[in-house]
Order: sequence, then C-alpha cells, then structure tokens
Amino acid sequence: MSEAPAFGPSERSPAGTGGSSNRTILEVRNLKKYFPVTSGVLTQRVVGVVKAVDDVSFAVREGETLGLVGESGCGKTTTVRCILQLEKPTGGEVLFEGQDLARMDEGELRAVRRRIQVIPQDPYGSLNPRMTVGQTVAEPLTVHGLAASRAEATAQAADLLAMVGLSGNLADRYPHELSGGQRQRVGIARALTLKPRFILFDEPVSALDVSIQAQIINLLEDLQEEFSLTYLLVAHDLSVVRHISDRVAVMYLGKIVEIADRRALYEQPLHPYTKALLAAVPIPDPTVEATRERTVLKGEVASPLDPPAGCVFHPRCPIAIPECSQAVPPLREVRAGHWAACIRV
Amino acid sequence: MGPLLEVRDLRTHFATAEGLIRAVDGVSYDVREGEIVALVGESGCGKSVSALSIMRLIPKPPGRIVGGEVLFAGRDLLTLDDEQMRRLRGREIAMIFQEPMTSLNPVLTIGRQLTETLEVHLGLGKTEAARRAIELLGLVGIPDPERRLPQYPHQFSGGMRQRVMIAMALSCRPRLILADEPTTALDVTIQAQILELLKDLSQRFGVAMLIITHNLGVVARYADRVNVMYAGKVIERGTAREIYHDPRHPYTLGLLRSVPRLDVPRKAKLDPIEGQPPDLVRLPPGCAFAPRCKFAIPRCAHDVPPLLPVGGEHLSACWVAESLASPVVSPAT
Repeated sequence: MSEAPAFGPSERSPAGTGGSSNRTILEVRNLKKYFPVTSGVLTQRVVGVVKAVDDVSFAVREGETLGLVGESGCGKTTTVRCILQLEKPTGGEVLFEGQDLARMDEGELRAVRRRIQVIPQDPYGSLNPRMTVGQTVAEPLTVHGLAASRAEATAQAADLLAMVGLSGNLADRYPHELSGGQRQRVGIARALTLKPRFILFDEPVSALDVSIQAQIINLLEDLQEEFSLTYLLVAHDLSVVRHISDRVAVMYLGKIVEIADRRALYEQPLHPYTKALLAAVPIPDPTVEATRERTVLKGEVASPLDPPAGCVFHPRCPIAIPECSQAVPPLREVRAGHWAACIRV
Repeated sequence: MGPLLEVRDLRTHFATAEGLIRAVDGVSYDVREGEIVALVGESGCGKSVSALSIMRLIPKPPGRIVGGEVLFAGRDLLTLDDEQMRRLRGREIAMIFQEPMTSLNPVLTIGRQLTETLEVHLGLGKTEAARRAIELLGLVGIPDPERRLPQYPHQFSGGMRQRVMIAMALSCRPRLILADEPTTALDVTIQAQILELLKDLSQRFGVAMLIITHNLGVVARYADRVNVMYAGKVIERGTAREIYHDPRHPYTLGLLRSVPRLDVPRKAKLDPIEGQPPDLVRLPPGCAFAPRCKFAIPRCAHDVPPLLPVGGEHLSACWVAESLASPVVSPAT
C-alpha cells in the first residue's frame, strides 16, 4: 500500500503535499452521502434530498493527526459515519490501507474494524453502565481472542488503565462512579485494547470541563507518539484542533472548503469562511479582545435542503461577487499543500 | 446608590441519596445598574444554582435555600411570597437559558408566547401586544418579523430561537437579565452574533446582566467584572482585566493556562489542572481546590480560606494569594 495512486503528478489531490514520503493510511475519494427527504404517511414521496456530504476528498497520512472542523450540520459526523460504514455512502470510495471499505462484506469489515477504533463524544453513553471499568476494557480482548485466559485479559486491562492514567483501584468501579474525564480515559483504554493503527475521534473533549480537556489532549498526544497512531479528529473547537492537528480540513454545508497544514491554515487562512470562523473564536484576554477587529459573520447557514447555487457560502460571504453564484468552486491548490475552494483567492 | 442586585452569603443545599450537597455555600456578589457581571466556573461549581436561587426557582425538594439574602433594588427576594415573586419574574428580572428549545413552548406560536408575557405583565391589549411583539423581534434581528409571528419554535434555527428568548426577556423592559450559558448550544459564528446583540441591547436599554458561563473567552470579551466559582464558593473576584492579567487564585491561574489560545504560538504541551473535579458530597475540610493545587501549603488542608482583598476590588480566597502576585500570564508567552 503505497502513496495514493489515483492522482498523477499533473492531477494532485488534496490528499497531501505531493512529495511527502509518508504513506496514506486512509483516503476518502469523492465521498457523497445524500439523504432522501420524504413526505406522506402511507405513501412516502421523496420531496427533496439533503446532501449531507457532497463530493468530499481527503487523505490521512500515517502518524499524523488530521483535524476536521466545521459547525453543526456541516457534514463532519456523517463523513465519519461513512468512513466507518455505519452509513452506506451514496457515492465515492473510502480506502483504508488501499482497500475500499464500501465493497467489503461483514467478515472483512469486522477484521478491519480491529484496526480502526472510534472514540465518541459522550463517554457516558458509550460505556455499559452494568460493567465495571476493568470488565469494559477486558471485554474486547476476550471477544477477539487476544487474551489466553480471563486472568490474562484482566492483567492486560490493568496495564491499559495505568497507561491512560487511571489508578488500579478504579478497575472495580462502574461508569456512574467516575467523572467525565475518567470515563473518557476508560473509552480510550478500551479503544487501545486491539492495538489499532487508526483512531477516529468525534468531539473527544467537548463534553469535558475546561480543566480536564487539557489532561485528555495531552494524553492523546502521548499515546499517539508511543503507539505510532494515526488520528482523524472531528471537532468544532478551533483552538483545540489547532493544538492537536498536523493538518486541518474545514467543512461547510457538506463540502471541504479549505485544507492545509495547521500553520498555514491558522496563520494564512485563504477561504473567507475559515477567516470568519477564526475571527469568531473568543480569546480569553480582555486586552486582546478590546483591540480585536469584529467581523461578525452575517446570516446563518443555508438549509441543506435548498443550498444556494454556486458556492454554498456566497450568501454570507463578505467578498462574494456575482460569479460566485454561477458555479461551484473547485477545491484547488492555491499554494503548495494548501487547498481552497474559492474563486476569489 | 447601592448595587441593583446584591447576593449575600447565599446557601442553597440539595439533599441527595449520597448525602447533602452544598451547591451554593456562602456566596456573595453584586451587580450594579447597567453592568455586565460574569459568574465563571465548571460544571457543578454552583453558578447556575445561584442564579436559580435569585429567581427562587430551586426545585423543592430536594433543593432548599437555607440561608443568606438576595437584595434586588433593596428588597430581599427571599422574603417575598409566591405571588410577589411571580410578578417580579420576567417583569423586573428576566432569564435566558442555554437551550432555547426546551424553554420555549413547542405547541404555541412565537407570537403567542411573546404577547402572553406582554398581556400578563404589562396589561397590554391584543393589538398593542402584537404590535410590540413585532417590534421586539425586529429589535433582536429577526428578519421579516410579521411573517415569523405565527410560526412555531421548531421552524426557527437555534440562533433564531435564542434571539426569540432574548426578545421575550426584553419584552417587559427588565432591569436585570440572568443569562445562563446563553451561547453554549450555538455554533461559534452564531455565538458571536448573539453576544454582540446582548452587549448592544444591554448598553442601549441600560439593562444589567449576569452572564453565567464556563467559557473564559466569552467572559473576556463581554464582562465588566468577573466572579470565579469553585465547589460552591466564589474563589476570586475582580475586573476582567485583573482576573485575566493578574489572577490571584491558583484555580483561575490553572484555568487560564490550560486552554489553548489562538492568538499565541502553539505550545508543545498544554498545562492542565491535574486531578479530578471536586466530589461535592465529600469535600475536603479545608480549601476545596487544595488537592489539585500546585501552590498548596499545609494550612490549606484544614482551614477554608476566606475571600479577602488583594488590592482594590480584587478579591481572592487563597492563603498564598500574595505570592501569586506576579505577571504570570502574559499574552506573549
């Protein structure tokens, strides 16, 4: 499984910066997920289509963290669900280590899912309330036959719990006896049991208190280094995403509007939506805030049922021109490795 | 002239199966006429319970206001009877909640919900109330208010619903608005719109505001004065500038250091507050933050530090507050 093969030198993709020697571990190509909107009780008529994910392409390279940001309804969670094959994509491919997950049968998928793990937002809803912490972490080991005996599974689970910073006496506790941060650590320990190569995070810290968020972020970074993990992180907090990601993709209304290295994206954003997002993030410093330019984005996200023609962002865009409503702007490489879907940049 | 709202030594307790929770444990703060004051803290610190106590909306049982005073324009709200309290709510003190969908009635039109308040509290007639409702929706930036009036809450987006809530809060021209996490459920670009709107309206109408939030950025942009809460107590109070540039409580300092900031270069590692949030049923006998505190001295384990001045109106509840007096958080580092 070498570098993503589909794009020749003349046809570079937003997958990466071209000449990088890093292998691509996950590649999403022209992913589409359309949901039909029906009306009627007995005879369901299709009255519209929501293009939750509309022609999204990106790649995640081995060992990196790709951050996927956007506001609610932009399609970031649907993208994750399509990658995991929890939603059947309407079109496009999801290649994991070169194999298209959409064409796999259940058995093949099961094998792949050992190498892809997911950490959901709400660590409470994803833990079985009737299993202790120790049982929760040991369970995947027995299910997948990775531990010879129950005792061995328990021992391995204890090691994993220590690795994520949970003391041994917590193994006999139940999820309701833990704090939010501790529950998220349990979820992380369980995800690590099968020695995955790739972990998907859907808002891993947004349900946690501010003082605990930093603990978990540091833990994720330590684990990534120790186990050479690759991360895809979906989040809406731009400060958190900047801290943890190597590259960042910005989604708006089902499309990627910009993708670049972390530094380029935060220091020289190209797309007007990215700029507006960054300007809207409040900064915890009254002096900085007092001198900051206020560019409050007008209006709201258009309905995905009736998206605007042309660039989906143009009705809110401060630099839109009449041409913006004519055609959908392609994602093009404006600077090396820095892609943006805007005809004004 | 005294402050518009003065909370003195407020104590609100909850009886739970696991034991007594002192959700608000001797809290004092004030809000002056026309001012924006923030209550900041993490979940369980008592910030929302203190606001609900002001409005006397604590569910009883399990909750009970066991002590203190809530002086609003000189009157102690805790001594009013239910009828007097009902007349005051919405009329003189209005409240905006985090999730507008759960605070709007889903089976009544937006117009009806607005005009009902106006008819009940201000005694307006139907036509007059409808005219005023349209005016209010326009004021909070809802386009085409006449067409929106007969619509239901589900036909509004999250941001628009929060605008409706603000219109309802403003409808009786209150002197004080309690805003409990008013933008937490909203996307960041919409959050900015709503906060600008609140600040603008507060200035235009001279309404004082108590903003309750966990978001330090929101506070920095909009609050005049800040109260930081931890485990049921105010542990630091000062102007926004004092709190952010010269924090004198290790918890405030830890919070400010632990959040990644977009305006400074990315740090290799974040600087978290270690340990777990306090267990309110089993608080330590001394300072509740001591078990997580890098600056703790032996005294912290058994003596609860009182909230004392560290300079002017800047107060801190910490035995080592003096030794924290250095420019520890500067934007450049």
